[in-house]
Amino acid sequence: MATTYEPIATTNGTGSSDTITFSSIPGTYTDIIIMGTSKGSFNDENINIRFNSDTASNYSWTMLDGNGSSATSSRGSSQTYIRGGVSGTSNSANIFQINNYANTTTYKTSVSRANNTGARTRAIVGLWRSTSAINSVSLINDSGNFSTETTFTLYGIASA
Amino acid sequence: MATTYKAIATVTVGSGGAANIEFTSIAADWTDLIILCSLRSNSASTADNLKIELNGSTSNFTARSIYSTSDSSPNSYSFSIGEIAGINATNTTASVFSNTTIYICNYASANNKSISTDSVAENNATRGDLSLYATLWSNSSAITSIKLVAAGGNFIQYSTATLYGISNS
Repeated sequence: MATTYEPIATTNGTGSSDTITFSSIPGTYTDIIIMGTSKGSFNDENINIRFNSDTASNYSWTMLDGNGSSATSSRGSSQTYIRGGVSGTSNSANIFQINNYANTTTYKTSVSRANNTGARTRAIVGLWRSTSAINSVSLINDSGNFSTETTFTLYGIASA
Repeated sequence: MATTYKAIATVTVGSGGAANIEFTSIAADWTDLIILCSLRSNSASTADNLKIELNGSTSNFTARSIYSTSDSSPNSYSFSIGEIAGINATNTTASVFSNTTIYICNYASANNKSISTDSVAENNATRGDLSLYATLWSNSSAITSIKLVAAGGNFIQYSTATLYGISNS
């Protein structure tokens, strides 16, 4: 049996940067998943996702969001990122799964679960309109910096 | 390299049911914990609430949820009672058990613990429940025991939960 859920890299927040990047991701797995805890500077922060440092309007996402009093659905089309996670002043669990990330035929999709009990919980689907294999993933805090309590690990999932 | 996503322990409820499912003496050998559950409560209702106790504690929990049933718009709630999911109960189709995933980040760290839970409780004929929970346990102790409790009753026979460890090294 192939090793699955194989740890590829772990990156911690520094307190002085709003971005965590996993680069030089090998194309040797079927899917990749990033799991971990984030903590930021403000109570309610978004974590946006970019692939291969692409800052063009090639992304879209649809999101189910619950803030403790109401549940809403929203969508962003032709965006410069996928709205993928949440962060805040309390530790926030985030899971980002990117399926079939290394193929060079289809666009890439992601599924995220984001949890910040100070603000909200979310489920998000995202699309990157590119046929390029994903070799880097950036997680970008749109409000503040990731604290030193932030830690994310990239795992590779192999189908065989 | 350590084996990741390793099964640590499985609990299956026997005849007569059980008031809780508990994992104890959890070693600090992993980065994260995942519990995959198939659960049903004998509560006389269409759904029961799954609660969690960590290291025997029922306090210092906060949570926000999205809860949707098939016959209404989704709602969102806040909690401080350790409620982490909705599960099947007596007034749903017989032999249907919820599918629940509990993910606990950095369970052995000295920081507060964040938990993500996804759960579905299908009822075949009339209703299905989907619940997504964000939970924070504001406690810096390493988690060494996890107890799952059906808030309105007991877990019935064949309810089962498996604890997995995931390592980043």
